[in-house]
Amino acid sequence: MAEETTERIHVELVTPDKLVLREEVLAVSLPGREGYLGILPGHAPLLTELKPGQLSYTQGSLTHYLFVSGGFAEVQPHRVTVLVEASERPEEIDVERAKRAQQRAEERLRKAGGGEAEIDALRAQAALQRAMGRVEVAQRARQEQV
Amino acid sequence: MPNILDLRRRIRSVRNTRQITRAMKMVAGARLRRAQERILRARPYAGAIRSVLESVAARVDLTEQSAIPLLAARDVRRVLLVLVTADRGLCGAFNSNLIRAAHSYLEQHSDVEVSMLAVGRKGYDHFRKRMVPLAGEHINIFSKLEFSSARAVAAQIIELYSDAKVDAVDFIYNEFKSIMTQHVVVERYLPIPPVKPAQGQYLVDYIYEQPPAEIFSLLLPRYVESQVFRALLESQAAELAAKTTAMDAATRNASEMIDSLTLYMNRVRQAAITKEIIEIVSGAAAQEE
Repeated sequence: MAEETTERIHVELVTPDKLVLREEVLAVSLPGREGYLGILPGHAPLLTELKPGQLSYTQGSLTHYLFVSGGFAEVQPHRVTVLVEASERPEEIDVERAKRAQQRAEERLRKAGGGEAEIDALRAQAALQRAMGRVEVAQRARQEQV
Repeated sequence: MPNILDLRRRIRSVRNTRQITRAMKMVAGARLRRAQERILRARPYAGAIRSVLESVAARVDLTEQSAIPLLAARDVRRVLLVLVTADRGLCGAFNSNLIRAAHSYLEQHSDVEVSMLAVGRKGYDHFRKRMVPLAGEHINIFSKLEFSSARAVAAQIIELYSDAKVDAVDFIYNEFKSIMTQHVVVERYLPIPPVKPAQGQYLVDYIYEQPPAEIFSLLLPRYVESQVFRALLESQAAELAAKTTAMDAATRNASEMIDSLTLYMNRVRQAAITKEIIEIVSGAAAQEE
């Protein structure tokens, strides 16, 4: 078993703007379409769509959190490639702004319930998911620090 | 003979112009460096999306591929031409090269219906007065170029193509080679050429959370977006490079002009002095007689 604990996964997180992350990690967790996926070294090859949420990875005894917006992930036994439109580290997240966005989206969703255009509802839903993901990541990171 | 005061004024005005062109050259140079970095930073995403696309393509057979709208090749009767120019001038032949390329493209494609999507103010201003139907325009995106601007352009071309309003989408933009050379490229963006499955000894058999074809068709728009983003970044870098060289040349010309004007002014001044002396001498000579 001692051998297994030294195994690493190579994680690459890229957005159209930049390479956000390139690290050797022990484990990584991704916000898959059907729920969170925990990936350990030696995972079977997997390709999935990602929804907005939190990506976390473990290095040593530390766990790091990042916000990712929707995208894709390709998993190979010792390699994970994450393609997302945007990604932020906790310290980059403007919590107040995300909370305001969350409120706005919730309000729009309530209004859209009354037979409003479906596209607006979908867009509000997506905005809500992003906002909640941001808030969650920021709060999680703060708890870890305490 | 022009008087000295006028010449002095002209020299001063040329000197002011030189100051401005020099400043513009510096600014363009600094922004160029940043634009080059952005091209490099955008590469990993484009590369990753391409390789994922190729490995999924191996799982989706080609007959299934041709059912996906963005890959479906149709008889080309209507073409959308996306012309990527700059928003501003003062960058040498940058915009006129693009516009010339667009005109020759229109001549070559006179047998099909061409509509145009203008990205950048210069191309829009040129073609909106002419006989080319405009499908739309994206103006002022270069001052603060973000991925979202590329996404807006991509969304529009994807919509026109999927709704079968056009049968092909071509791009004309300036590719950034180096500071001294840019060259205009014409490229077909849609339909996407069939994606060749990844080559390898063994193919990875993925676990999918959803059908491969579905993932494939979700990946394609992202791929188009990243391609458009690359074209915009290239064009911006090329524009800034052209501006740097143009402003450098302008600065040099201004310096030359100042030199020759100064020389001329001194000559005029000397001539005036000589004339005055001759007048005095000949006046004195006349008195003596």
